[in-house]
Amino acid sequence: MMKRITNIKKLNLIANTIRQDVVKMLYEAKSGHSAGSIGLADIYTALYFSVLYHDPQKPDWPDRDRHVLSNGHVCPVLYATLANAGYFPKKELMTLRKLGSRLQGHPHRGTLPGIENSSGPLGQGLSQAVGMALVAKAEQKKWRVYCMVSDGEQQEGQIWEAAMLAAKYKLGNLTVIMDRNNIQIDGYTEEVVPLEPLTEKYRAFGWHVIDVDGHNIKQIIDACNESRAVYERPTIIIAHTIPGKAVSFMEHRFEWHGKPPSKEDMDKALAELENVRKLIEEEEI
Amino acid sequence: MNLITNPELKKPSRDGFGKALLELGEKNPDVWVLTADVSESTRTHLFAEKFPQRFVQVGVAEQNMAGIASGIAACGKTVFISAYGVFSPGRNWDQLRVSICYNDVNVNLHASHTGLTVGPDGASHQALEDLSITRCLPNLIVMSPADMEETRKAVHAAAATKTPCYIRTSREKTPVFTTEATPFEIGKANVYHEGKDVAIFAHGIPVYESLKAAESLKKKGIDAAVIDCHTIKPIDKDTIVKYAKQCGHVVTVEEHQINGGLGSAVAEVLAENYPCPMKRHGVYDTFCESGSARELLKKYMLDAEGIEKVVEKAIL
Repeated sequence: MMKRITNIKKLNLIANTIRQDVVKMLYEAKSGHSAGSIGLADIYTALYFSVLYHDPQKPDWPDRDRHVLSNGHVCPVLYATLANAGYFPKKELMTLRKLGSRLQGHPHRGTLPGIENSSGPLGQGLSQAVGMALVAKAEQKKWRVYCMVSDGEQQEGQIWEAAMLAAKYKLGNLTVIMDRNNIQIDGYTEEVVPLEPLTEKYRAFGWHVIDVDGHNIKQIIDACNESRAVYERPTIIIAHTIPGKAVSFMEHRFEWHGKPPSKEDMDKALAELENVRKLIEEEEI
Repeated sequence: MNLITNPELKKPSRDGFGKALLELGEKNPDVWVLTADVSESTRTHLFAEKFPQRFVQVGVAEQNMAGIASGIAACGKTVFISAYGVFSPGRNWDQLRVSICYNDVNVNLHASHTGLTVGPDGASHQALEDLSITRCLPNLIVMSPADMEETRKAVHAAAATKTPCYIRTSREKTPVFTTEATPFEIGKANVYHEGKDVAIFAHGIPVYESLKAAESLKKKGIDAAVIDCHTIKPIDKDTIVKYAKQCGHVVTVEEHQINGGLGSAVAEVLAENYPCPMKRHGVYDTFCESGSARELLKKYMLDAEGIEKVVEKAIL
């Protein structure tokens, strides 16, 4: 089983590496989704290096925690995280979206170790996570299900169908993390079709809701731990994130939802991320 | 061996589904069943009563049902989901495509209430396009059994495969004319009536109606072969080509639109392998209407009498 890292400085450094990997991968691929992927680096670091019970050497270990990615377009951050955790060689990251690659443009179950579900069309992952949690509950297994959803996909009706069912079956073994980055392809979520008040909506649907800063790794880990202690209802962690976080020209900009960096963009982004890295390294523990 | 009988017994094919689920539930603790607020009419209530721990009532939410099933199957289970054909696969095609077929998990869709014979509920509830939208999906096996007993076997066969399957059944009580001894193999059509003048390929309720039509045609000196294409995908190319060669004329008969169903599947096989005169019979690109099952079969010429007329005209 993978050893958990609890040192926040170490985790911040891993998140920085993942961000740099994502920038390089997307430049290499010449297409893909930059802002969401970069914005999720802290959450994915928390999940795979501190929260999940898993073993990169045994991706099919029956008692592993499951991570279901519903908004499959942010898969570059999942791929980079899996490679850094040791699921497959890091050099393979540069094959993203290329012919013959195991790193498909949207994740495909069975192609790459560590991928629990195929996704792409929004709104489908939460149902699959609920299905897995139902099995674990019925068979009294200890493993949990962690599901990543986007904010934009809350506009899909299927999400709310799944939310109702998770509450019906009191799935205390299900933790959902929402990437609340406020952008979608056509603009800001609150302008395209308003989602708020999300916290109240999920509470009304019978969920335990925790709002966190999605770039504060300690808060993310604490919220995941809190969700483990809630037995009678599923938990959703609404993680408030900045799309493109730590790359200044991408931050908050919906234009970067579905676009890759150019060579110039990449060089600029990597230089900025190196500066951030130095700042993290200089921090007192 | 007596493969078919001339039955008094009439039962809906969906009963075969309910019966097979009970048998599977006893035998295999990894079988799970889901329904979308139609447990009694899909006959899943029988399984639910016996194995409540492995039954999930998802409510009126067919898209969610497909996704939940995918998640359960990803944990190594054999899952059956069941609703009316117009809703599943009608409502949840995207979930069927990505959550089930692209994931390649062992989820089997069962649709009850397909075809015209749903009757009085009218056009909105008559699934006549389900084969067109399932036949095109990679990894998916597509079956449309002819009676209750054949359905029972199809369900067992689906559970034994690792890939997703779609099984189409009916609401209407129809003769149970196959027997326990009738063979059933996915992808292998059953020849129930030999003939040399015309080959009738059918699935579902029209198989028995075609057999009756063949008996009547025989009296007129027309020797019709009747082949039960219970598996629409993968289609049994060998049997289709063999009987096209033997008979020279082909008619497909189905309770489905003529576009995209068995008629299209047979036409594709013949166009590539043995082009010959052929007639696709079914519902001709239209929405139908309310009426009793028998009245509708008669009006749309899918009862024995209607099929007989269509076949006679086709071989003129």
